[in-house]
Parts: sequence; structure tokens; C-alpha cells
Amino acid sequence: MTQDFRISRRAVLAGMSAGAVFSALPLGAARAAGSLTVGFIYVGPKDDYGYNQAHAAGAAAVKAMGVKVVEEERVPETIDVEKTMESMINLDGATLLFPTSFGYFDPHILKEAKKYPNVTFLHCGGLWHEGLPDNVHSYFGYIDEAEYLSGIVAAHVTKTKKFGFVAAKPIPQVLRNINAFTLGARSVDPTITCQVIFTGDWSMPVKEAEATNSLADQGVDVVTCHVDSPKVVIETAEKRGLFTTGYHASQAALAPKGYLTGAEWNWEALYPSLIDDFKAGKKIPGLVRGGLKAGIVKTSAYSALVPDAAKAKADAIKAKFMGDGFAIFAGPIKDNKGATVIDAGAVRGQTDIELEKMGYLVEGVIGSTS
Amino acid sequence: MTTGSLGLWTVPIAVLGGAIRVSTPFLFVSLGELVTEKSGRINLGLEGTLIMGAMSGFGVAYLSGSPWLGVLAAGVVGMALGALHAGVCSLPRVNDIAVGIALMLFGAGLAFYLGKPLVQPRAPTLPALPLGFWSDIPQVRAALEVNGLFIVGVVMTPLLRWALANTRWGLIVRMVGDSAEAARALGYSPLRVRLYATCFGGFMAGVGGSFLSLYYPGSWNEGLSSGQGVTAVALVIFARWNPIACFGASLLFGGAGALGPALQAVGVTSGTYLLNAAPYILTLIILVLSSSSRHRIAGAPGELSVTK
Amino acid sequence: MDAEPPPGAALAAFLDPLAAPLAAGVATLALFGLFVAAAGKNPLEVYQLMAIGAFGSWFSWQNTLLRASPLLLTALCTALPAQMGLVIIGGEGAFVLGGLAAMAAGLPLADHGAPAIVVQVVMAIAGMAAGGALIALAGALRHWRGVNETISSLLLSSIAIAVMNQVVEGPMRDPASLNKPSTRPLPDADLIGNLPGMDVHWGLALGLIACVLAWLLMRRTTFGFASRIVGGNARAARMAGLPVGRMTVIVTAIAGAAAGLAGMVEVAAVQGSANANIAAGYGLSGILVAFLARQHPLAVVPVAILLGGIGASGGLLQRRLDLPDAAVLVLQGILFVALLAGEGLPPLRAWKARISR
Repeated sequence: MTQDFRISRRAVLAGMSAGAVFSALPLGAARAAGSLTVGFIYVGPKDDYGYNQAHAAGAAAVKAMGVKVVEEERVPETIDVEKTMESMINLDGATLLFPTSFGYFDPHILKEAKKYPNVTFLHCGGLWHEGLPDNVHSYFGYIDEAEYLSGIVAAHVTKTKKFGFVAAKPIPQVLRNINAFTLGARSVDPTITCQVIFTGDWSMPVKEAEATNSLADQGVDVVTCHVDSPKVVIETAEKRGLFTTGYHASQAALAPKGYLTGAEWNWEALYPSLIDDFKAGKKIPGLVRGGLKAGIVKTSAYSALVPDAAKAKADAIKAKFMGDGFAIFAGPIKDNKGATVIDAGAVRGQTDIELEKMGYLVEGVIGSTS
Repeated sequence: MTTGSLGLWTVPIAVLGGAIRVSTPFLFVSLGELVTEKSGRINLGLEGTLIMGAMSGFGVAYLSGSPWLGVLAAGVVGMALGALHAGVCSLPRVNDIAVGIALMLFGAGLAFYLGKPLVQPRAPTLPALPLGFWSDIPQVRAALEVNGLFIVGVVMTPLLRWALANTRWGLIVRMVGDSAEAARALGYSPLRVRLYATCFGGFMAGVGGSFLSLYYPGSWNEGLSSGQGVTAVALVIFARWNPIACFGASLLFGGAGALGPALQAVGVTSGTYLLNAAPYILTLIILVLSSSSRHRIAGAPGELSVTK
Repeated sequence: MDAEPPPGAALAAFLDPLAAPLAAGVATLALFGLFVAAAGKNPLEVYQLMAIGAFGSWFSWQNTLLRASPLLLTALCTALPAQMGLVIIGGEGAFVLGGLAAMAAGLPLADHGAPAIVVQVVMAIAGMAAGGALIALAGALRHWRGVNETISSLLLSSIAIAVMNQVVEGPMRDPASLNKPSTRPLPDADLIGNLPGMDVHWGLALGLIACVLAWLLMRRTTFGFASRIVGGNARAARMAGLPVGRMTVIVTAIAGAAAGLAGMVEVAAVQGSANANIAAGYGLSGILVAFLARQHPLAVVPVAILLGGIGASGGLLQRRLDLPDAAVLVLQGILFVALLAGEGLPPLRAWKARISR
């Protein structure tokens, strides 16, 4: 059942310290190296040039470690995924599962976790909270950090000061990206605005193309997106002569004349490290999260179109992310209706649960969440 | 594009541009289905044909470097699927709706399967005529970028109407569609005529699909079609089996598809799902208003199973 | 024609209806075998895996049955009106609307602490009412306005899905379901549980009972008999004084209610709340099941199990043989085309005569 996010900092620390205690116990003995079977489940096709492909790249990295990997794609968020998980556990002997779609968690993973307490479930989405069974874990990356940097870079090349964002649904993870992108841009130039259009679902090529065209008609000259497969948006923007920043993976090959940089997942680094921990018998924390510093997300290489000033500014902020940390959501921040959502002096750090419930669009974003 | 926003004017301009862009697959599929239905058969499998056309068109264009060759290939593939539909439907006691649904699955599955290696590459796209050259405003110019296939469709529409009304072939098709007995009495085989008509329908649907992958949105992936094939069947009935009306209806449906994002761009954001369903609601209302329990819908072919 | 049936006629009569599906099955295996061979896989291995995945163990069986459950009900949405000569393909919309209505009715009751059985019964009634209303509308439009029911049910289905999406993300949205817009969840206690000793929920039993009841209705009652007369010749039925309009509405309402009930089961046994995921294509598959079963309510059961089996084995094919998910779609397509074609093949000579006329 969906419940409120109560991932307080205390809970994370408690989980981590419990993890430290547990990892001291000899629980890892049962996990013999070499007999490990890991299952990956994707909600869409593995080669969608976007979300699922990024996860598949991570799975490939695990395969390269010599671990046996079984994958299933196009598994809908219904009874199908429950049966897929059971099939992987019963017929393939999988003991570690990566169900990668957000909607798999509740009720499907929770049901299966109770049924199979000896199987570990690693869900991509950040929904873990105290009180869940021990074999359920969540992981997620703060890709909004990379979006913030994309915003900074884009701010240096725009001429119309108008950005466009094609988004699937107005859910917190998406809103967070839109806001980070906008805040990054406005930290360079406070007159920049970002127009957002919601297509309604994760994969709607015609609507995405229409939205991009619509944004271009509005005079936007930088476009980015948060949909499952950014291919259509990037290619359409390229046809209209707009600049683009990418998402999920690098779409640089699709837009040689317009691609600046992008926000990418780095599952190829995270998954092998999780497998190593699992094989070594280390207790994996309930919630594994991180941004640029933890190497869970990364930015696409700057293209030749990015001016040096942009690179300098972005790299400076990136260094802060990698170092002591940089708070994107530091007050005062108003939403685009005028209300103050983060007070002056208040700082919502990376792991602040309030950010997981984000329901607003910051000042400078043109659009509405409902 | 450094000019500013045109404010509320962007909505009609976007709708016009979108109508032209998004309507092209509707136009081709519905013209094709029109001929099929005129001959007395309904082909619901066009959704699968459209997707197969999109995939094969993209593949051939990528491999050969010529988008028009891709269009042709898409048409041929569509024709093959149409022939399959006709072949199975020619067997006795076979319901054409069921076959259509089965082919929808088959066509989509085959396309997704064969199209796996085509997701990454980029294929050459169809050329467009910049009909908006007279305008200084980039938005208008972009909206009036009319692609080659649309122009082909525009030319085909009156041609088809003339052909159905005036040529010998058109007459035979209509006769077979209105009364199979009469056609048989005159020595024509209804099954053979329907085979040709369904092949034509398949060809057009394949071409319509190639538009999606070769022009707009212009790439191949598994979510490319959003039900255009099935909507086109409703469109043909909406248009009363009249090619000119099909053209108008395609523009209408296409414009409706573009309306959602365009409205959001100017700030109207609620009710997106209902807005997307607007073409269906409209079709239903028009059907209700213009049907009568006493007689068949005017213009319906007599042998068409859905209108008996 | 013979004056006396030849010996063995009874056996032939029994085997005859099975001959076509069997032939179709063999043809499918051959064609699909060619297809996978072209992909470099061993067809025999493929078939073996499919058999294991669908029926090879108790686990596989339950997987198959679970996938078949919603199909039993949604197939009735097409099969029942077909007895009256109506072709309804709006099962998906009725399913979705049923699920939504069930949540709308169930949540307030659950909030007030009503006992689980009461909540479930009310949800079932609400689901059936909503689904029934949608399809009955198509039926009514057909009778009183002459609007073709195939097209209208298709349109109504699309509209119903849009309405569900709009409501789930709007008025009925659970504020806590941020990243996956859903209605508020049903309390665990009110969820539909599993059949005793099985890992399959009660939806299976409901589906089986519904199919039997539908068969009884159509084949063993006067109402059913009258419906089939209408299906044979509507005008004659009207002239005979049958209340065609009323019967149309009743039958379509029952059909929609079946699909709506399936929707309720989906939200109450599987999802736990209503959200965009309930539009999972069960309605579309149900149409196919109905046609393959030749609109016979009892034949729906084995066909639904067959489809469930194919779905259940698909995952295994993906994982063991690296065949993409699309391969299963191809198999389904070939199977259905073959099955449909197979129905017409027996009178082969007559067919040849037909096309050369």
C-alpha cells in the first residue's frame, strides 16, 4: 500500500548503522560466489534509447562481471510482474531481483517480498521506509543535480531566454527535475523562463513531437524532457533548430547540431558495486541513494557547442556537488503561483523527504501541475 | 527562432500545423479502409499493418538511404498483410472483425520483433515543401511545412472519389460492396474484388505508417502508434464513406491531437485526457445524431457487416 | 445423401469440431517453428519451454490460471451479445470503468469500517453496474438509434479509459500516491484473497461461475432461446412479438457487468487501488478469446486458459532463449489467424467452388 514518505534522515542513519551491525554478522556465508543469479525486469523494451535502456546497460555491466543474469522486458505493472518475479525465483533460482519500474513497488514487490523472505528485492524508486521487510531495498539517483548543471549550461547559450520541457506526468520526481533545470538556469540569468508541457504518459511519440513543435512555436530555443524515451523530443527539436539537453542516457548522436549536455544515469557503476556487496554478504542499506558524488548519476560530455564560460560555471558547481555538497533547493524559493515554498534561510538537502513530495513548479516555470 | 511568442495565436497556428502533420497517417489509412469497406469488408487489422509499414519503411529507408523507397516498401508490406486479411476472410464462416484483431496482434508483434535493431539508428526523412515561405513568422513557416506524403494524399483524395464514382473498377467495387449477389450475377467474384480492395487498403495503411517513422515523429520505437489504425476505421464511418469527408475528418482528428499540447503551451492545462478523447466523443455524437433505427446509415455499403 | 449414417459417424461428428482447431494448432507450431528457426533457435526447445512455462508445474499452472481469470469475464462481454447477433468490442472500457466505480463505492465503506464481505459485495455491484451501463448504452443506441454497436462500443471504450485516467489523476487521486497516481488504497483486510490451497485469487472462481451461468442463461432458459432467435433474424423476432429492445439492453448490460466485475477483481485482488495500470489490455484479449471460442460461453474457459498459458510461458522464452517479448506477440498472432482460418477449412472443396464462382 502506498504510504507517506517517512524517510527521515534519522531513519536512513538508523538503517545504515543497523546495516553496519548486521554486516558484522556472518550472514554472507550462504551466498556462494559463482552461483548467483540476478534477475532484471523492465517495464518497456530494453532498447528504448532511454529509461529502460539505461537499466539494461547496468545489467550488461553485471553480466560482464561473470554473474548469471536473467532479464525480462515489457512486463506491465500488473499481476504479470508478480508472476515474472516468482518465475525468476522458482524456475531460474534468482536470489537478487532488480524490478526497475517505479510502479512495481506497491503492491507487487511488497507482496512478493513477504512470500520470499530469502530473496532480495532492489527497487529503483526511493520508496523504502522503515518497517518494510528486510529483503526490500530501494535505490535512486539524484539526477536533478545533473539537471541543475544542464540548466546552467543551457543558460549560457540561449538567446530567447525561453526553455521548454516536455514531461510525461506531473509527479514529484518529474517536477523535481523541471525545477532543478529551471533553478540552474535562473542561477545564471534570472530572466529565463521554462515552459513545461505534460504529455500524459511515459511514451507518447506523437504527443511528444507535437509538444516539442508547440514549444518551438512559442519561441523556445532550448528543450529537454522527462519521458521514457527522449529520442523523439531530441530529434524533433533538432529539426526545428533548437538546442537540447538529454536525459536518461546520452542522445548526443541524435542531435549533432543542438545537443549541449545531459543528465544520465550511471547504473553501470552502481549495479556492479551492489552485486559486489551482495556477494560479499554485506548488508545493503534499505535506501541507497546518491547523486553525482556517489557516482549514481553523471552528466553527458559537453558538446563543442558549449562555451567555455558555461563549462567553467557548471564545473564549479559540479565540484561543489562532488565535495561538500550543494543545495539546489535553498530558500527563499517561490512557486510559480507566488507562494513561498521554501523559506529564506531554509535548505532542503538532497535527502530531504519534503522534496519527495514536491507538488509545485518554481517561479519561472510556465505551466501547471493539474 | 528568435522571435517572441505569438500568444494566443499560437493555438490556431499549432492546430493547423498539427492538423497537417498528424492527419497524414489518418488520411492514408482511412482512404485505404474506405476502399476496403466500399467493397464490403471491414479491416480492423490496419493498426498492425500501420506499425509494420512504419517499421519496414524505416528499415528500408535506413538501409537504402532513400525515404521514398522506404515508403514504397512500407506499402508493399502493407499490401501483403492486406492480402493475408483478405485470404483468411475469404474462408467461410470467418468473421472479419476477429481476423482484424488477430492481424493487429500479429502485425504489431512482427514489427516489434524485426524492428529491434532499428531503434538506435536514424533514417533519412521525407522531404517537405515549405509552403509557408511567404511568411516572416517562423511559427507559421514551420506549421506550413507540408510534407510530401500529405501532398500525395491531397491529390489522391479527389482522384479516389472520381475513380470510385466514374471508373469501371470503382463501379465493380461498389457493386460488390452493396450486393454480392448482383456482382456474382454479373460474373464478378466478390472475394477476388475484396482481395484487391483489401490489398489496396493495406498498401495505403503501410504508407500511412511509414509517414510516422519517416517524417513525424520520424523515428522507430515500439510506442509509435497510438491507435491511429483503429481510429481510422471510426473515421471512415464518421466520414460516411466519402473520400472528401475523410480528408476533412483526418484534418479534424489531427488537429484535435495537436490541440492538447498547444493549449498547454498557452496555459490551459486541465482535462488533458478528456481532450485527447474529444475526437472519439465527437464521432460518437455525430453517429448518434445521424443514425436512425429505420434505415441504414446513408452511404453505407450494403454488404458491410457492421452496417447490416 | 445417404439414407443411413455410415458407421463411425458419431465419432466423426465428435471429432469434427476439434479437427479445425487441432489442424490450426499444428499449422501454428509449424509456422512459429520456422519463425524461431530463422532467429537461430531450436523450435523443439521453444515448444518444450512453452509447455513447461504454461503447464509444467503447479507454479506454472497457477500462473496460467491467474492470467486466464480476467479473460473469462471479459470474453463474456463479447460472447453474450454475440448470441443476439451483436458484435461488441468495448470490454476494455467496461473493465476499466468497473474498476473505478468499485473503488469509488468501496473506499467510503471501508473508511466506515464495514466488514470486508460487505465492502467486496458492494464493490462488485458497483463494478457490474458501471460496466453494464456502458455496454447497455451501446446496445440501446443500436436498438433505438441504429448506431452500429461495434463502432459505438469501441468509441465508448476509448472514452471510458480517458475518463478513468482523468478521474484517477484528478478528483479521486490519493495525495500520498505521488509518483504513481492512484486512488486511495483499499485496506488489506478488504482485498480479495486467494482460493483455498492455491495462489490464485477468487477472480478465477468468479470467472468460471460466470461462464457456466452465461451458458445456462443462453442455452437453458427461454430468455436465452429468445435471444438466439433475435441473433438469427432480428426482424422475424420482432414480428414474432419479442421485445427486442428490452432484450438488447438486458443482454448488453449483463455483458458489460461481466467485464465490470473483472475490473473490480483487478482492483480488489491485484492492484489494491485504481490507477492507469488497470487498462492492461484484458478487454482486447477477451474479444479474441470470445471469437476463438466461437462465442460459446463454455468454450471460453479452455481458450482463456490457452491464452493464459501463452502469456505465462512468454517470460521463460525471454529469459532462457533470449527471444524478445515481441516473439510471443507473433506467436499469438499466428495462432489466432490459424485458428480463425481453421474454422473455415473443413469444407475445402466447397470453398474452392466459392472463390471461382
